[in-house]
Amino acid sequence: MARAAVSGRLTWRLATVTGSRWETPSVRTLVLDVPDWPGHLPGQHIDLRLTAPDGYRAQRSYSIASAWAGTGPIELTVQRLDDGEVSPYLTDTVEVGDQLELRGPVGGWFVWRETEPAPVLLVAGGSGVVPLMAMIRARGAVRGRQPFRLIYSVRTPADVCYAEELRRRVRDDAGLDVHLLYTRKAPEDSPATPKRIDVATLNTHGWPPDFGASCFVCGPTGFVEAAADILVALGHEPRRIRTERFGGTS
Amino acid sequence: MGIISRGFGGRRRESVPGLPPGQYLTHDFPVLSAGPTPRIPLDRWHFTITTETGEQTSWTWGEFTALPFEDVTVDIHCVTKWSKLGTTWRGVSMDTLLEDIDTTADYTMVHSFGGYTTNVPMDDLLDGKAWIAYKFDGEDLDPEHGGPARMLIPHLYFWKSAKWVNGLQLINEDEPGFWEAAGYHMYGDPWLEQRYQGD
Repeated sequence: MARAAVSGRLTWRLATVTGSRWETPSVRTLVLDVPDWPGHLPGQHIDLRLTAPDGYRAQRSYSIASAWAGTGPIELTVQRLDDGEVSPYLTDTVEVGDQLELRGPVGGWFVWRETEPAPVLLVAGGSGVVPLMAMIRARGAVRGRQPFRLIYSVRTPADVCYAEELRRRVRDDAGLDVHLLYTRKAPEDSPATPKRIDVATLNTHGWPPDFGASCFVCGPTGFVEAAADILVALGHEPRRIRTERFGGTS
Repeated sequence: MGIISRGFGGRRRESVPGLPPGQYLTHDFPVLSAGPTPRIPLDRWHFTITTETGEQTSWTWGEFTALPFEDVTVDIHCVTKWSKLGTTWRGVSMDTLLEDIDTTADYTMVHSFGGYTTNVPMDDLLDGKAWIAYKFDGEDLDPEHGGPARMLIPHLYFWKSAKWVNGLQLINEDEPGFWEAAGYHMYGDPWLEQRYQGD
């Protein structure tokens, strides 16, 4: 994997949308061809800039969903926020062939490095799964032997991003476990009852604290606060818990 | 470089004066932290200034909150693009805390419970530009937002306003703190859009 430390000036690049797919009815992945992309680490994000005909601009940050293998496109996965200004444009207006300005990669803390030998616990709330999926994909790409566990909280079964790919990866890879948690409605054939992230879930499906796992927690603020507090209470070292929170707007 | 984004612009947010370039207005108070929120009991709270010669001056919570305070209304700008205007805080001015400190240091490193650090030039802490705040909007500062007390340096991006602050180290040479070492700008002026290294 390319070294992707942020260094020098982050210049705006003109990316071309070469593909897209719906992950759920409100979440869309955009495949972007970015000339001279310097590579990135899983967990990093980009800044994206839109310009209206009268010069008005809006900027937002989006996590990169794909792992970098030294070449090829990058992928962003965007959740439509109905009162948003940028996300509905990316989910509903952008078409293959359109161009988007972006710069990055940004962020050197919420990243997984393939050289870290520790087991990994990923805890996702909603579209917080995106940078964590990049970590799962990066581990897959280098056939990493670090055991990974993903605890993924969604509202309903229809809200699971990357559902097919996660099923396939779990089937083919003994080192990857995925536990889904439903906050509003569990699948019809499941004995699970809807609930929010709690001690029992993180205790049962996470790693024992003495394994020294690296924990990555990403999601809305309330979810991240709750999950990180529980991990600390369970005995995980606060410095091994990395968090990324969404604000209330986008 | 610049391109027009086909079909963009129909849903823009209200345009307001007071917004630095690339920022948008929010009425919420989003949270940005690198890790879990530490809970610091007030009887274990302290704030310590360490000079470049190693001399230390410390305040307990009781001593700190007995210092003269100021109520300020300021705009805050987060590097993640949100800005919040007209926020009201109560805190102790850094002028007050640094008043009797014997130093010629040009730079400082702000330290927090939990190990977070951020670098700020000395000049940016003086002359009514920075506070250690312990009330927001008339209420005790929530732990999520940096309580019991956080730095407040509103003229720089908000990551410089370190949460859960517990110390200030006075240094002669500028050094990167936590986010700065991870690629963020050493200074962080929102009006110059100094988000990342090289901006």
